[in-house]
Amino acid sequence: MKTTRRTLLKLAGGTVFVAAAPAILTRPARAADKRIAMIVKNLGNSYFDACANGAKEAAKELGGIEIIYTASAKPTAEEQIAVIDAQIAQKVDGIIVSANDADALVPVGKKAMERGIKVISFDSAIAPAGRIVHLSASSTPLIGAKQVQMIAKTLGGKGEVAILSAASTMTNQNSWIEAMKEEWKKPEYKDMPLVATVYGDDQDDKSYREMQGLVKAHPNLKGVISPTTIGIRSGAKAIVDGGLTGKVFITGLGLPSEMKDYVLAGACDSFAIWNPVEYGYSSTMIMADILSGKDTAEGAKLSMGKKGETTVGKDGEAVMGEPFEFNKTNVEEFAKIF
Amino acid sequence: MNMDTPVPPVDRYIVLDAPPRRLRDVLLRWEVILVILLVATIVVNTIVSPYFLDVFNLADATFNFSEKAIIALAMALLILVREIDLSVAAIVALAAMGIGYAAEAGFGPVGLFATGIGIGLLCGAFNGMLVTWFSLPSIVVTIGTMSLFRGITQVILGDQAKTKYPQEFLDLGQSYFIKMKETGISWLFVPPVPLSFLIFLVLAVLFGLVLHKTAVGRQLFAIGSNPVAARFSGIPVDKLRFLLFVVSGMLSGLAGALLTARLGSMRSNIGVGWELDIVTMVILGGVSIAGGVGSILGVVLAVLVLGLVTFGMSLNNIPGQVVSVYIGALLIAVIAIPRILDKVRVRPIR
Repeated sequence: MKTTRRTLLKLAGGTVFVAAAPAILTRPARAADKRIAMIVKNLGNSYFDACANGAKEAAKELGGIEIIYTASAKPTAEEQIAVIDAQIAQKVDGIIVSANDADALVPVGKKAMERGIKVISFDSAIAPAGRIVHLSASSTPLIGAKQVQMIAKTLGGKGEVAILSAASTMTNQNSWIEAMKEEWKKPEYKDMPLVATVYGDDQDDKSYREMQGLVKAHPNLKGVISPTTIGIRSGAKAIVDGGLTGKVFITGLGLPSEMKDYVLAGACDSFAIWNPVEYGYSSTMIMADILSGKDTAEGAKLSMGKKGETTVGKDGEAVMGEPFEFNKTNVEEFAKIF
Repeated sequence: MNMDTPVPPVDRYIVLDAPPRRLRDVLLRWEVILVILLVATIVVNTIVSPYFLDVFNLADATFNFSEKAIIALAMALLILVREIDLSVAAIVALAAMGIGYAAEAGFGPVGLFATGIGIGLLCGAFNGMLVTWFSLPSIVVTIGTMSLFRGITQVILGDQAKTKYPQEFLDLGQSYFIKMKETGISWLFVPPVPLSFLIFLVLAVLFGLVLHKTAVGRQLFAIGSNPVAARFSGIPVDKLRFLLFVVSGMLSGLAGALLTARLGSMRSNIGVGWELDIVTMVILGGVSIAGGVGSILGVVLAVLVLGLVTFGMSLNNIPGQVVSVYIGALLIAVIAIPRILDKVRVRPIR
């Protein structure tokens, strides 16, 4: 009997401790006036960590805002809903979501809004019925124009240019190429003709071969735009491997971690993609504006702090700005993030 | 024969069903350990978070585990008879897809639930047939059908989502089935209850009665303890096994319907990874993976412990990975406790 009682006591004590430990360790401070939850697809992802740093930067600038940065263990809609439910239960003031599933999050988004919580999405949208505003990192015309401007700057506006795209069926890339051609009509690009558009199907080996083919077919080729992260890294590799560094330059949309070596080698002068720190910062600024009671109807203007203003478009879609440019000066710093 | 020998007392012919109960047997029951764990979870969460003890928050929390819990009831019986069904989450996906197409064809809520349960029934019968007719081990069969059912969903849907459902169907999954009713006395009220949690409670009572109060229940324990001996005792082992797989499929289909109604949308990755969450509930509930031991009460308690621990931790914004680590540690600790107690010579009666 004695053993039993002692064991039981130990057991009970142990259980209470085990159950209590994680909760006690992280008891949150509740000093802030407004609490904004930033719920991303998954944790342990440095891209989202960078977004959260931007959000905290915005909170610091505004004052009186606490950022709760969290996510589920698995990047599924069901688990993300459970996390959002917990934020609703805590009666936070605003929720910023990068959605694991645009449609499946609509009911929980509606529920939050019914209870007076403001919901916006960034990075990966919730369908319009489940949020007030979605902030896109950039827009098709801005992404297209930025890439033409970058190659023009690298080449000084002179020389033949080609496009190395993903598959010919990809809607994103095709709409960006249309936007590039629109920008190309401007007179400052008259000495920089577009000579070819080829497709690497977003495969490393095919993109690499298409790049080699471009150089052979167009001996006077000076620049290549690749609006896909796979195309740009394979194209850059083909330039370095083929000893074409300094003769042909590539630009487009790439990831700093993948492009760092090619930028430092000189195959790529500059490339672009959005900056996650600014993305988190702007999302939080917009949320603060919405929390202060700003109108969010189509055509309304919302403040993004030091990043300027954005205009709410159709279906609550807003755009942060043109893609962020990476070059020798900052690529190493961002390569550590994403 | 010596006629002087007194007639032996009649007591000699009384055969006890079980050894007499002693206090320590009661106190060290698995369920008691789970009750302590549950109380500890509630107390700690109430102290730590002001938002925990709120009927609406708790009702909302049940949404997130009730569908899995429903499947866990069937899984408990399967594990009890030394089988397992790892294809449950894939059946959820296949059933949800069927519901998606049925909704587009204009079915009402009853028709949609019937579609889900019907698809689950077919999947379960397929599993049961492979296990019993071809005497294949269930873990191998259901790993296979897990890929098969999920694969069919992925092939048919690709990256498409099914998002059109009648409003009455969505209401069943998204609003409280029993609405909050106050009686004027602050502690006496009817709490809000979602449909999925209500179904779970009703099924838990039903399963508990069947397992612990009927002959069929005793037969399941007999199969779990020794299938061969059970067969020689005249128990229809294969028939019962087959039925359990069918039940598991049907409950997965039902859970698929509830989940689809709650999400208002389905994709091929719906419910991915659920099978392991469900097995966790069952094991924590004290059902022995070796078969023959377990109770429905234990599974219900484990479901509540896991649900409330997860909810409480996310109320404190503890990231999901930490919750996983904690639940993993809890599971190992709970499985280790009987072994440790063995060494100090007291063993919980499961």
